[in-house]
Parts: sequence; C-alpha cells; structure tokens
Amino acid sequence: MITHKPEPTHSKFWTPGVRIMTGIVALGSLFILARFFAGLGYVANFDNQHPWGIWIAIDVATGVVLSAGGFMTALIVYIFDRRYYKTLVRPALLTATLGYTFVAVGVMFDLGRYWAVWHPLIYPQVNSVLFEVGICVMFYLTVLYIEFMPILAEQYRGKVNLPGFLAKFNKPTESILSFVEEKIEKVIWIFIILGVVLSHMHQSSLGTLMLIAPTKMHQLWYSPLMPLMFLISAYAVAFPMVIFETTMATKSLQLHDEMEYLTPLSRIAMVIMGIYIVLKIADMAIRGTYTYLFDGSTESNAFMAELFLGMIIPFIMLIFKQVRNSRKLLTLIAVMIIGGVVLNRINVFLVAYNPPYAQHSYFPSFGEIIITVTFISCIMLLYRIAVTYLPILNAKKEEGK
Amino acid sequence: MRINRKTFLGILVSSTSTFILKSKRKVEAAWKSQAPEDPYGCLVDLTRCVGCRECEEACNNINKLPKPNFSFNDLKILDKKRRPDDKAFTIINRYYPGKMDKQDNPTPTFVKTQCMHCQDPACVSACIVGALKKNKNGAVTWEEDKCIGCRYCLIACPFQIPAYEYKNPLTPKVQKCNFCFNEISKEGGKPACANVCPMEAITFGKRKKLVEIAENKLRKNPGRYINKIYGEKEVGGTCWMYISGESFEKLGFLNLPEKPMPEITESIQHGLFSYLWSPIALFGVLAGVMRHFHLKKEKGKKTGEEESI
Repeated sequence: MITHKPEPTHSKFWTPGVRIMTGIVALGSLFILARFFAGLGYVANFDNQHPWGIWIAIDVATGVVLSAGGFMTALIVYIFDRRYYKTLVRPALLTATLGYTFVAVGVMFDLGRYWAVWHPLIYPQVNSVLFEVGICVMFYLTVLYIEFMPILAEQYRGKVNLPGFLAKFNKPTESILSFVEEKIEKVIWIFIILGVVLSHMHQSSLGTLMLIAPTKMHQLWYSPLMPLMFLISAYAVAFPMVIFETTMATKSLQLHDEMEYLTPLSRIAMVIMGIYIVLKIADMAIRGTYTYLFDGSTESNAFMAELFLGMIIPFIMLIFKQVRNSRKLLTLIAVMIIGGVVLNRINVFLVAYNPPYAQHSYFPSFGEIIITVTFISCIMLLYRIAVTYLPILNAKKEEGK
Repeated sequence: MRINRKTFLGILVSSTSTFILKSKRKVEAAWKSQAPEDPYGCLVDLTRCVGCRECEEACNNINKLPKPNFSFNDLKILDKKRRPDDKAFTIINRYYPGKMDKQDNPTPTFVKTQCMHCQDPACVSACIVGALKKNKNGAVTWEEDKCIGCRYCLIACPFQIPAYEYKNPLTPKVQKCNFCFNEISKEGGKPACANVCPMEAITFGKRKKLVEIAENKLRKNPGRYINKIYGEKEVGGTCWMYISGESFEKLGFLNLPEKPMPEITESIQHGLFSYLWSPIALFGVLAGVMRHFHLKKEKGKKTGEEESI
C-alpha cells in the first residue's frame, strides 16, 4: 500500500479546458441576468402544463444522485472501517460539496420567489415530500461544509495571511481553524453518520416526489417502489462516479492512476448494480408493465436505454476481471452507469411526465441548457481550483511526465 | 479481505432490508382523509349552459384580473380549446360530442372549467410551505406570504388547474379560482360565476345537498342526463361537480381514480418519517457498526498492529 499524504497538486491552472469552461460561464451569466431581471418565462420553456424542466431534472435531481459518492465513501471508509479506500474520501467529499452547493444554486434559479427559499424552516408542511427533501438537502449541505472544514484547517492553520484591510481578520480566522482542528475533529463522527442518514432520507424521497401525480406519469416508472429504487440507484452510481472522477482528475493532472483502489471498488459497484437490476425487473414483472416495453414509443425506448445501456450491459462487463483491471474499460463502464442513472432521473421527471391537457411537449430552451452547462462548468472549475490549492488528491505525480 | 468484504455487504444488506421491511409495515397503516365535514360546493348542469361567457366576465371583474385582448362577447373563442390560466380563472369551451338536432346540425355542449376544490387536494398535500390550504368551507386558497414558487402544486394537480406567472421576475403568483372565498364567507354570499349565470346552470350550496339535488335530477330525467355525477367520487370527491347529457370523456373530462391523490405519498412520508423513527434507527445502527469496527481496531492495536487514523 502506498503511504502518501493528500497534498495540493500545484498544477498549471489556465489549461485550454479551463479557458473553454470560463467562456461558457461568461456566456451563461448573460442568461442568468435575464432570468433574475426579466423572469423565468423569458429564459425557460416552462409553462402551466410543464412547470418543471431540466433545472429540476438535471441540476437538482441528477446533481443529488451524482453526489452520492460523498456519503458512500464515508460509509465504507469511516463506518465500515475500510481504511484502504481512505484516499478516495476527500475527492468524493469535494464532489459532493460542490455538487450539493450547485443543487442549492439550481433550486434558487428555479424558484419563482428564490428570496423566500428559507420559508420551509418557518412554515413546515410535513405532508409534503418536497418539504422533507428541501430540509434534508439544507441540513446535508451544512454537514458537508462541516466535514470539509478540516481540509481547510489542515492547509491554512498557522499560515493565515489575508491581504490588505482583511489582515485584521487573520487572528479570528486562525482561531476558527484551530477550533476546527481541535474540537470539531473529535465530534466529526456524528456529522459523518448524520451525513449518511440525511442522504438516505432525501435520496429516497426524491423518488417519492412524482408519486403525487399518478395520472400524469408513465406506467414504466410510476411505481410505489420508486423511493427505494432512487436510493439503490444512488448506491449504484456512487462508486462509478468516484471511478470516473478519479480517472478524469489523475489523467488530466498526470497523476498515478489509482487503479489499485478503483478495481476493488468496481466489484462492490457490480454487486449493487445487480441488486438494482433485480429490483427494477421484479418491479416491472409484478406490476406487469413489460407490456409497454416494445411499443416503440419515446418512453419505451428511453426505458430500454436506461435498462440495457445503463444497467445490464455494464453489469455484465463488470463480471470479467480483465475488464475491472483495465483503466479504459472501467472508465467506459463508469460512464455508462452514470449515463443510465442520469437518464433515469430525466426519464422520471420529464419523459414519464405527460400531463393529459398539455398542448405540446416540453423541450429545454437554449437558456435552460446554457445555464445548466454553466453550473457543470463551475463545478469543474472549482474542483480544479480546490485540488490545485488544497490537500485533496492523494495520488503521486506520474514519473517522467 | 474477502471475508471482510462479505461481512460488510452482509451488514449493509441486512440493515437496509430491515429498514425497508419496517417502513413497509408502517406504510400500510391507515391513511386519514383531512376533508372538511360539510363544505360548500357547486353543481354545474351542463345541459343548461349556453356558453354566454358571463361567468368568465364576472370572474375577471371580482378577481381584478387584466382585461383580455378579445371581448367577453366574442363567442368564436369557445371553439379554441382553452385552459384556465393566470389571467382567467374560469373558461368555457364548446364541444360537439356528436348529437344532432332536428335540422341535422350538431348540437354543442358548453363546459365551464375552473378549480374543482378537491376534498383532499393534491396541491395542498404537495405544497412545501403550506401556502395552499383547504378551508372548512371547501375553498382551496393560496397564501402569497408563504409561497416560494416551487410549482410542485402544478405538478400535483390532477386537473392541471394552478397557473404560474412565469414573466414576473420577483413576485410571481400561483393563480387559480379561489371559490370566491370572501363572497362565500359572507351570509348568503355566492361565487361570482354562480351569481351571474342567467341560465342557472351553476347551483351553489352545501356539497351534501348538491349531491342529493343531482341524484334527484338524474332519477327524474333519465333521458336528459347520463347517470353520473362527475366529481362526486373522483379523486376522493370534489366540491365542484357536474351533471351532463353527454358522456364526460367526450367533453374533455379526465377519467380519474376514486382514490385521493395524496394517499400514497402521505402514507410513505408518514410511514417512514413520523417521529423521525427511521432516521434515528438508521443513525443508531450506523453508530453501532462504527463502534464495533473501532473496538475491533483498538483490540488489534494492542496485539501490535499498525495504522493510524
């Protein structure tokens, strides 16, 4: 086992990729101005029949599920004590923190009265599934920030040197950082478990959301087991997401490939995917919805793509040891599984949602798409900044590069 | 290593399955309707409506909505299949379900559409902050001071009634018929549309009484009406109900289940989260597992093994 401490990579920052993403963010900002100064209707294709679009399906629902790596790595490393994978915890925590931050940002964009986003705290409505999701996401985001603070403390404690007039905050910042290192680390286990519990709550409840509208939802997805399937799919996508990110990061920053962790992790992912497939097929068999499978409609094609490309084929590929040991193939499988889960969330929130009185179907506007892409670019930029300056990644520099 | 992984998976599977089984048992516990006992309602007799659109105008006036581009006297608009929106809380559409008159011209049926004021409204159950409320008098109303604009009510409503002001950047409203809440709260008050209707197609009164009236009409005039009161049982019952001479499917009405919409989601939510029993239980299980491995490691350390946190 390589004993190596996580450390800043100090790589070159302004690469061509970073420039492109910065350009996207600049373009997206124009649409952001339009959304906040003119209104939702000028930027997005929402209407009374289609009140939710990709900002909910992708930015929020998909953002939440793809951040599952955060609680799953914490679960196996700290709770089930598999310290071997410890090196993967910080990058996954970073992704989750950034992911959830942009879930919150995405919600703010989607809410008509975004300035009232805190109202659920003072006007609780416990019959509402969305209330539970909202409160859990708020709390979990706080927990993630608390879990992230030791990383900042490790890097900056004793070295705080703010420029100019901010210098007077040097001392208080130092004392916060020492408080974090000395006190919070002692109770961090509470936050680790709390993070896992809160994740279970809202990952599953996101699947309960659409159960309120049985007459608008396509039978292939409308199942009372939807909350369970959302939870299992969060388990299933967590490690493929870790594999994908690690490979992207180590490749782009020319670090050691970390395959000695990713290969055994992919075996766990295989088992979870197996359970997800059994559940999905059993649900289909019990409710008899396989009759919709081959009717050639958009819905059935979208469901088949999810089931075969995103679940069954990657599962079968994962069974082979050679595949799990190959960096290229493993990355491909990770992408397929991630794609399948992303498609599932889009399917549940958009494809399956067919209100009978709708005069036309929904397709996202350019504004909606560019703002979503802006969020993704922001996440990638911030990830890059964080690993450049903070002790997140553990991998050694590749020799000779 | 191999055994460890197996134990890990074993614990994972068994803890989640008990979690699921327990929750399922709880879910099956009875769900309780929160419908008001004796609400008001309206009975719309579609055989009487002539599509004069006076109810649309009265609704526009009482709710101080912006004047539409086309006049309320313009009857051509009846053939355009409109839906209620943020500027019109009720609308009338004309249907030709297939019946012919003596001169062999198709006879129209006019259908007024507005919020149905469900007894167990999906929108109220969905609302994250309780901005939508089912009142004792039957009206489903919206409170501006609470709303955050999430539009989950629009997703939830089986009749697709709530409408949103998408072009308002700061204070968009959820707009829909509020059963003229202020009017019907007064002694002898009626909703504006029921008050103005020259054909007396809309009868306002206690819902229970209206069901009796409707049943009487259906019994006495089997030739005039089909044998159904739309809204009596749909989605657990609605305060607005319809009787008709033509099949409701041909008039744009939806075929809806009799089960109230919030039943499944509320059962799941309360089954899983009442008194936060399941999060607390999960926290306990995970803390136990964490402690178990921690103690094991302490033991290992004593016998001389490595690793620090």
